[in-house]
Amino acid sequence: MINSISKAFNSAKKEGRPALLTYTVAGDNTKKNSLKILKAISKYADICELGFPHNTPIADGGQIQTSSYRAIKNGTKIKDVFEIVKDFKSSKFSKPIILMGYFNMILQYGQNKFLNDCKKNKIDGLIVVDLPWPENKKFASKCKKKSISFVQLISPTTSKNRLISIIKDSHNMIYYISMLSTTGGKLKVSPKKILLNYEKIKSINSNKNCVIGFGITEKSISSLKSADGLVVGSAICREITNSLNKRQNPVTKVGNMVKKLKNKIL
Amino acid sequence: MKLKKKISVLDQHDKFGFWGGKFGGNFVPETLKKPINDLELLFNKLKNNKKFLSERDRYFKNWVGAPTRFIKLSNLTEHVGGAEIWSKVVSDANGGAHKIYNATVHCLLAKKSGKRIICGDTGAGYAGKMLSMAAKKFGLKCKIFMGAKDIERQQPNVKAIKSNGAEIVPVYSGSQTLVDAVSECMRFWVANCDTTAMCVGSTVGPNIFVKICGWSTSQISRELKIQILDEFGNIPKRLKLYNCVGGGSSSFGFWNEFMDYDKKQVEFIGVEAGGSSKSKKHAAPLTYGSKIGILHGAAQYVNQNSEGQIEETESISAGLDYPGVSPLHCFLKDTKRARYTAASDEDALKAFKIVSKYEAIRPSLEPSHAFSVAISEAKKLSKDTIVVVNSCGDAYKDRKILEKKLGVRL
Repeated sequence: MINSISKAFNSAKKEGRPALLTYTVAGDNTKKNSLKILKAISKYADICELGFPHNTPIADGGQIQTSSYRAIKNGTKIKDVFEIVKDFKSSKFSKPIILMGYFNMILQYGQNKFLNDCKKNKIDGLIVVDLPWPENKKFASKCKKKSISFVQLISPTTSKNRLISIIKDSHNMIYYISMLSTTGGKLKVSPKKILLNYEKIKSINSNKNCVIGFGITEKSISSLKSADGLVVGSAICREITNSLNKRQNPVTKVGNMVKKLKNKIL
Repeated sequence: MKLKKKISVLDQHDKFGFWGGKFGGNFVPETLKKPINDLELLFNKLKNNKKFLSERDRYFKNWVGAPTRFIKLSNLTEHVGGAEIWSKVVSDANGGAHKIYNATVHCLLAKKSGKRIICGDTGAGYAGKMLSMAAKKFGLKCKIFMGAKDIERQQPNVKAIKSNGAEIVPVYSGSQTLVDAVSECMRFWVANCDTTAMCVGSTVGPNIFVKICGWSTSQISRELKIQILDEFGNIPKRLKLYNCVGGGSSSFGFWNEFMDYDKKQVEFIGVEAGGSSKSKKHAAPLTYGSKIGILHGAAQYVNQNSEGQIEETESISAGLDYPGVSPLHCFLKDTKRARYTAASDEDALKAFKIVSKYEAIRPSLEPSHAFSVAISEAKKLSKDTIVVVNSCGDAYKDRKILEKKLGVRL
């Protein structure tokens, strides 16, 4: 499967650096601002993950929960998420977009309708946090038919056999969860150990683009730069919260932060 | 969708963990796949192991206190004037509620797996209290997640949890009740599953937790069946079993041994929390036709909006104040084996008043919901009908609410 996600990884590789992936929540802190934030980020990020907020998340830590609740409180609905992406994709700032969220939202929207709308709005990939392999096989193949990457997640607890099966069924991107944690936890494993596990994944199939996420901040990002891609999420959400608390403009603050992140992996 | 006979309902799920092809399952983050699989292997190995079963039975008998009483409520029967009303006084159990069965089994399993810490959620505080008791008994460290609103309204249980040496983690997100406590507990487990065992406090959550809890609380109906046979010589021609349903652990346990009887002979009536009669909010997804959705790792009927956001519930009883319901009950509803209805806050308070006036038991607000429906239906039933209500919790924990609402002192 070659889509713009693969292309983004390829061009980062050509520059000899990992792809930078960001995560923000659609509608955080407003619909308008979250679009502006995407645009500000896009100068430095290679792929943008965009969360569609759910009010009962079982894998998100405090920072992303705060962003999600803020977005829901502001009335963010799935149709708003699609509109934000549509605006972003039709702008000159456009980057590959991966939507991320929980399966119940997709189920209630209707799986086919959801994928049709993803396709229509040029969404490139999907991460569904609570739809693990093999439960995700059917849905993942539906995604593939629409040329949408279904991103498989792998964690330090994933067994060897499972690892092989998941990689076999994966599309062009795999997400390695760096440690046992919800999103935004403090990095409690050494980068060396994380990269060791990362290498295990790559040794099974080196063609799959593998990104590392969870616990990555300005401090730790450079130590992991041998990976295909690195995801920063909670640190960005925290920056939005902090700037709101200090009555600063979250758009500029987040833009500056992602610029710094990018500089650390060049 | 059909219920099979001669095979435990707990085992009537498919390979993905779905009952009736659509309730339950394992909607969990990848990180939890392994600890869940480990727990499945351990439980499947032990659930038919004679040594483990006798160990369980020994704790149930000597520590939990089995069997709990099965008594006729003669004064209430006379007052109501219809069917004979009996009660299974499960609140006799050590700690004062049915939650002790699940807590004990989870601690036994945690010990076998070599884990030294156990975490759990709680609404009314009973699941937390019992887990803290069992953890203390088995020498495990214990962490209890509880909504800030529930901490406020269920102080007696909060104190008990603390005095058992467990740590209480207040949960301030969302509605600050059980639903948020379960989410926070699961998140904690995601981050600590290598050292910590998790006990889900009811027949909810990923498939294996539904099974372990249902398997544990089935002790209630095992006892009841023997007691009924002792009392009547056979299973009565018209037997009706009333139980409140929040997550659904006590009701499932109260019914399980009678599953294969025709419902014309042994009927199951589940009573959900209808909330305040002045409010549209409720905690009765089965009664009010909520749609199927995913909550805490399982597909179930759940109160949600059209977008799939879980809706806030409202009930005077913290133990029933949950937007979803066990996949087992969804299955029993759709196969029509059980009938579900709701009682309001006001109904439950009224039932508490009547029961405690005529009898020497004081059901907590949760079983008071079941008593409310049992009393109003018993009136219209023949005298040879046997109505049994599971009094699965004691009202001591509700004394603050009862004092305020009814002016009674416990």
